[in-house]
Amino acid sequence: MKKILKTDEERIAYNCRKATLLIEKKQDIELTAREKMELTLHLAGCYICRVYEEQSVLINSMMRKIFKGPKDPLKLDDEFKEQLKKKIKDKTGTN
Amino acid sequence: MDSEFLTDTSQQHSGIHTLEPKKWVELHADYLYNFAIVRLNDEEQARDLVQETFLSALEKTAGFRGESAERTWLTAILKYKIIDIYRKKAGSFAVNDKTGAPDNEPEFFDPDLNHWKKEHWPAPFGVEDKDPLHNKEFMGVLERCMSRLPSLWMSVFKLKHMDEENTEFICKELKLSSSNFWVIIHRAKVNLRSCLQKNWI
Repeated sequence: MKKILKTDEERIAYNCRKATLLIEKKQDIELTAREKMELTLHLAGCYICRVYEEQSVLINSMMRKIFKGPKDPLKLDDEFKEQLKKKIKDKTGTN
Repeated sequence: MDSEFLTDTSQQHSGIHTLEPKKWVELHADYLYNFAIVRLNDEEQARDLVQETFLSALEKTAGFRGESAERTWLTAILKYKIIDIYRKKAGSFAVNDKTGAPDNEPEFFDPDLNHWKKEHWPAPFGVEDKDPLHNKEFMGVLERCMSRLPSLWMSVFKLKHMDEENTEFICKELKLSSSNFWVIIHRAKVNLRSCLQKNWI
């Protein structure tokens, strides 16, 4: 039998989809008073979303580290650079 | 990126900067090339963009007011070209799904009640208290998971976490509504987290 959510509290307690969306928003912008209330209420009763929140914050730091970490610098090959110099020279019209 | 600009010693920091197109290739080509590669993961495209950046910069020299270093100015031109590519990629998604989700995206939440489906419950990774940021293997798993993300999602993450752009800027440049932006961030994170759990635990 399908469960039917009757009260607002029940809807908030079940709505992990919305809670996780709010967890993402919260890391970036200020939530509205109502959103804050809903998220607090939800997290108080939902262990899984608390795990999600912790991991979501961790993944953000990991992504920043991956994106900004040192990469082996690559070099353009000399032939391409020479062509490029020539194109710039042609375009500037200087001798 | 800012710290890299500071180490650019090619300019004298005497106030007004000047442009010397003859030296651009020597001084900035490799830098710009790497800047483009980490954002596009495409060497061919990155080469083309370096060339385009120099050529369009030559047309804009009159607008250079000497307030920033030559490299900073060239990088800004390149950056807009990269965003153009992000935007073109974003535009290639079907109209009915502006969020660029993959077709095989699993349903993580119950469609009616909106709670986590049991098979998708987040579980602890078991590395939380052992400095996961220095765990190379764990970081490697995330990197592989990221490489499978749809390109629009990846562009959003790169603008957000690589270039530290704010939400408003990203929405404007990629022509996303703010609600679509949050849907993308949310779905991308849910997918990424799940991929990490599946391939780590």
